[in-house]
Amino acid sequence: MSLPGSARSPEPHGIGARFKLSWAGFDLDVDLELPGRGVTALFGQSGSGKTTLLRCIAGLQRADQARLRFGNETWEDAEQGLFVPTHKRPIGYVFQEASLFPHLSVARNLAFGQKRIAPAERKVSLEAAVELLGIGHLLERMPETLSGGERQRAAIARALATSPRLLLMDEPLAALDLKRKREILPYLERLHDELEIPVLYVSHSPDEVARLADYLVALDGGRVVAHGPLAEILARLDLPIQLGEDVGVVLDAQVGGVDAQWHLARVDFAGGSVWTRDRALAPGKRVRVRVLARDVSLSVAEPGPSSIQNVFSGVVESLGDDEHPGLLLVWVQVGATLFVARLTRRSAAQLGVEIGLRVHVQVKSVALME
Amino acid sequence: MMPAFSSADWAAVWLTFKLAATTTVILMIVGTPIAWWLARTRSKWKGPVGALVALPLVLPPTVLGFYLLVAMGPHGPVGKFTTWLGIGTLPFTFPGLVVGSVFYSLPFVVQPVQNAFETVGERMLEAAATLRASPWDTFFTVVVPLAKPGFITAAILGFAHTVGEFGVVLMIGGNIPEQTRVVSVAIYDHVEALEYAEAHVLAGGMLVFSFVVLLMLYSRKGAKVWK
Repeated sequence: MSLPGSARSPEPHGIGARFKLSWAGFDLDVDLELPGRGVTALFGQSGSGKTTLLRCIAGLQRADQARLRFGNETWEDAEQGLFVPTHKRPIGYVFQEASLFPHLSVARNLAFGQKRIAPAERKVSLEAAVELLGIGHLLERMPETLSGGERQRAAIARALATSPRLLLMDEPLAALDLKRKREILPYLERLHDELEIPVLYVSHSPDEVARLADYLVALDGGRVVAHGPLAEILARLDLPIQLGEDVGVVLDAQVGGVDAQWHLARVDFAGGSVWTRDRALAPGKRVRVRVLARDVSLSVAEPGPSSIQNVFSGVVESLGDDEHPGLLLVWVQVGATLFVARLTRRSAAQLGVEIGLRVHVQVKSVALME
Repeated sequence: MMPAFSSADWAAVWLTFKLAATTTVILMIVGTPIAWWLARTRSKWKGPVGALVALPLVLPPTVLGFYLLVAMGPHGPVGKFTTWLGIGTLPFTFPGLVVGSVFYSLPFVVQPVQNAFETVGERMLEAAATLRASPWDTFFTVVVPLAKPGFITAAILGFAHTVGEFGVVLMIGGNIPEQTRVVSVAIYDHVEALEYAEAHVLAGGMLVFSFVVLLMLYSRKGAKVWK
């Protein structure tokens, strides 16, 4: 398995998307080169154009100026009058609402797309799609008898059963409550780990992005404000405005060991390790660790006895504005890893925080994402 | 006393059924694309075309019948065309009645089908497209099954409304036994001739028929038809 977030730049086999369209009060103007593998998150507030961009890529939305290349195939070129209609693009699309056909059982919904592709192109079997999303017991049910989470899983399986070469997901969790979200996220993570299909994932949730994405495209007002590998983008200065309370970093890590006496697990990352609550993780398992800026504090002197157990030594790498004028974001390099801390400007001034200062990074809590 | 039910009356009943059935079949074929267009278009012509289709709902049947009579007559454009085709003129023939009925009952078919298409919604079409279904494929495998209640309502209304027509028939069909003499006209004849007993049989039959049709329609409401 390749490490998500490790240097992974767009390659020539990726997706080239150039779209420009104008509506009353909204312009979309993007020119992107996206990776042809892994999960790419299209991230932004509502109205940022992320869903419109996804719909353009699917061919569900025509743009005034459009050029779309997938690998070495051209799907759209407005100048040449070329437009491959949606039903001829090898895509899978998952809508925000499951959009199952109400007159067909779950099994027949799944078969609907699958039977319309040539047998030679059926790389994902119905059984595999059913198994991956855990919907074997729902096949004979009608969509209206399913819960929201079950419906969305069926819709994802239906899209996968067409063996798409590109999977487009438009906030597949947004219409669900927290409990249903938790029910589906593990399946999405399996999708990420087990399938080779590149995924474009529209989301406004920093949490989902941190869990699922390898590559991030941040959109605002119909324009791309930043794009790149997830860890790189999350560490950049100009994004916190959009992330708000959820500013933080994501570390790729591995379960290093378990302290059975205290029910703690040690998680190693490049540059150190953190202790977190043991959740019966097998040592050696790859995990993502999310550290939010608000859970990180800095100290100039060696910290004395403290309830905070995760302390690292590092160097201030850069400073950035936060959304509130009284707050400051401070990036600290610890080994090969960058942490971000949220301080008040007053405490930063009292500590004398400046680029190059040696500090001790105290991490109060981390979130483990399997 | 059992009122007489003459063979002429039976002929009128059979002719009415034949007219309604033929009209309904034609209306389903002609009305569906119109309903699809009205449900999907963003053209500025949507309003005018919708109003045109709905006209028979408010127009006196005699007005519609009058214009059709003129158009299909020997000096009207349709009449000249049918004469050129070698089939003569349409007024006072069964095909003429069918043409009149198609216009007269058009809104009763188009509107339920259009509503059903609108209820299906854009999203289902998009979902089908992302699952490799072409537009025609989507129409027959997704739209038609989902719009089935609308089609059934349209067929029932189109049939029943044609059975109930009178003014248009009288204007362009006249009163030719076994050609254009439908039940509603036959009742009129009986009443004119003071044959109330005969009129009662036919009128009562129409009453029961209409009630049963509407009963079918209203009992179906809310039933999930695709199951």
